[in-house]
Amino acid sequence: MDSEYRFSHKHVLGLADLSAEDILAVLQTAESFKEISSRSIKKVPTLRGKTIINFFFEPSTRTRLSFEVAAKRMSADTFNISNSGSSTVKGETLIDTARNLAAMNPDCIILRHPRSGSARLLADHINASVINAGDGTHEHPSQGLLDLMTVREAKGRIAGLKIAIIGDIAHSRVAHSNIIGFSKMGAAVTVSGPATLIPPGIVDLGAQVSRTVMEAVEGADVIMALRIQKERQQDPLFPSLREYAKFFGVSQKVADAAKPEAIIMHPGPINRGVELDPKLADGSRSVILEQVTNGVAVRMALLYLIMGGD
Amino acid sequence: MPGLILLKNGRVIDPANGIDQIQDVLIAGGKISAVAPPGTLSEQTGGIVYDLAGKWVVPGLIDMHVHLREPGQEYKETIATGTRAAAAGGFTAVAAMPNTKPVNDNQTVTLFILAKAAEAGFARVYPVGAISSGSSGEHLAEFGELRQAGAVAVTDDGLPVGNSQLMRRALEYAGNHDLLVISHAEELSLSHNGAMNYGSLATRLGLQGIPHVAEEIMVYRDLALAEFTGRPIHIAHVSTRESLALIRRAKKKGVAVTAETAPHYFTLTETAVDGYNTLAKMNPPLRTEADVAAVRGALQDGTLDAIATDHAPHGELDKDMEFDLAANGIIGLETAVPLTLQLVRENNFDARRMVELLSVNPARILGVPGGTLSVGAPADITVIDPEKKFVFTEESIQSKSKNSPFLGWELQGKAVLTILEGRITWRQEGDFSS
Repeated sequence: MDSEYRFSHKHVLGLADLSAEDILAVLQTAESFKEISSRSIKKVPTLRGKTIINFFFEPSTRTRLSFEVAAKRMSADTFNISNSGSSTVKGETLIDTARNLAAMNPDCIILRHPRSGSARLLADHINASVINAGDGTHEHPSQGLLDLMTVREAKGRIAGLKIAIIGDIAHSRVAHSNIIGFSKMGAAVTVSGPATLIPPGIVDLGAQVSRTVMEAVEGADVIMALRIQKERQQDPLFPSLREYAKFFGVSQKVADAAKPEAIIMHPGPINRGVELDPKLADGSRSVILEQVTNGVAVRMALLYLIMGGD
Repeated sequence: MPGLILLKNGRVIDPANGIDQIQDVLIAGGKISAVAPPGTLSEQTGGIVYDLAGKWVVPGLIDMHVHLREPGQEYKETIATGTRAAAAGGFTAVAAMPNTKPVNDNQTVTLFILAKAAEAGFARVYPVGAISSGSSGEHLAEFGELRQAGAVAVTDDGLPVGNSQLMRRALEYAGNHDLLVISHAEELSLSHNGAMNYGSLATRLGLQGIPHVAEEIMVYRDLALAEFTGRPIHIAHVSTRESLALIRRAKKKGVAVTAETAPHYFTLTETAVDGYNTLAKMNPPLRTEADVAAVRGALQDGTLDAIATDHAPHGELDKDMEFDLAANGIIGLETAVPLTLQLVRENNFDARRMVELLSVNPARILGVPGGTLSVGAPADITVIDPEKKFVFTEESIQSKSKNSPFLGWELQGKAVLTILEGRITWRQEGDFSS
């Protein structure tokens, strides 16, 4: 990397806004931070005195905790607000709530919100840095970055790999960030799932589309299964979870069609036996828990890069 | 009684009388009293004289699709502010959609709207009643009383009539009362939850798409019902290429269909919403370049009969928020003339066709006076300066709301004088010294 390089983003709203150089900087920083989490005293003073607000409008265990752990390991002060505890349930708008939070001078707000574009809206209205922790069906950049880190760690590279992403591509912000991120870093991304869950123009984001899961995973280095959101059943997207598991679930047979050393990923939480065979989730090729570990390192890196520069 | 006004040396464009030449127009007693070659009408004492060299004198523009928001949402617009915006945009008449609060589904609301419009005095307001009570899509509204009170058409605009039998009955029963039925064509099961046009931009923004077929399926149904019942239908805010193909085919078959589009559908594409710009959020949504080209072609070839603005005022409260949650619609009364003139400048059609689209045809479709400069007709007249350039700013807007994707645009062409029954309802400051 160019020694003159400097990560110059105030906000991290999506991987669409980051260059390959930016992504590499995050991954390298995360790799160097990963060791901190294995120390007996898991804390560095880097972000001492910084205030970080976790502003979560949707239920989240993994992502919220991961950001909080990351911030605390960097010695930042963290505060959590969830939808039920915030004044938005009293009718306050997102912008008003955000302005009130901003008036308390946080350095960074981490937003999880059910509406696409909400992180951008927040960034447009307040002075603090904003990290998008998932906005609607748009992007989930820290998840994309931790997936990139996990693949780079397991395979030693990203460029030239074949990544198969299986499942609900249409409603998955994880899929969107991954397609954008892996494509930018030189991997070939193929998606497959029920045609009802493949959105228009996904090719423009950088993905190929396969009609069958078997075709999608053929020769793949990475198989990523996505969570099926059971709450989407009112729109007739597929007949049943049973049929979904049979034709679109990642089974041993599907895994066998990929390269023998292919790794299995899932952003969690898993519907075991629906989108992913439990034996694969827990098997030797699974890096699912490594994804979670790397999530902390990636989020430490993001916090450091947007706040630790001064 | 309004006094004498002499409009001198303007280019009189009056398609109804086959006139497109420099003429003087004399207004007396609220009516057009003479149209004659320049210099042949004597200037009378006490009258106002305007020298309109370089300007167009056309029959008062009629916007057949506006939302005035009163009663119920006066923070967005009132009948007074909406008609003031109409006058400033060159309109002498507007048709007011019924999705007020309460819905204009009865004579009381219709009479209220007419009383407020008369009080304001900026433009003729033609109330449009609801097809169904409360626009809830279940029972027919009382068309007879709506008509008696002054409604000129019926629609559930803002919502489609989802039930085909109800639409059929509306078309049949509207015939008893000489009411036009206006279709808001949208198949809700396809557009449900959608926030913008379906396609790769929607995917990139993570927004649910509204596919063009959601409009076309309903356009087809309503054309089929119009043909089946033998009753006329008017299709509102047409936005897609295939809708236009369906309308073109129906017209060829002799179905009594008329149709309108709005300036944004021939000016903007879906890319205007990129960056989650809620000022470009509307329903039907902005479409693709191919659709824009098709709309332009249809204005030229007669598939589309009218340009209407779908003026939809919303406050910041309704727009400054998450894209999904933001209200649909933009104001349009004050940008229609320059945006339509842009098509004239680009040779999509000529000035005469522009007057047909904005005045002659809306009058004919709604069955209301206007659209002509015939001697003896009410003096509803719009004077347009086709060259005048201006930057469209919030400060210049007469509407109560400022929700326009054209803010900051440099526009060319402006209504500089608007006359309603011989009274001046709008005069562009700085353009006349009279």
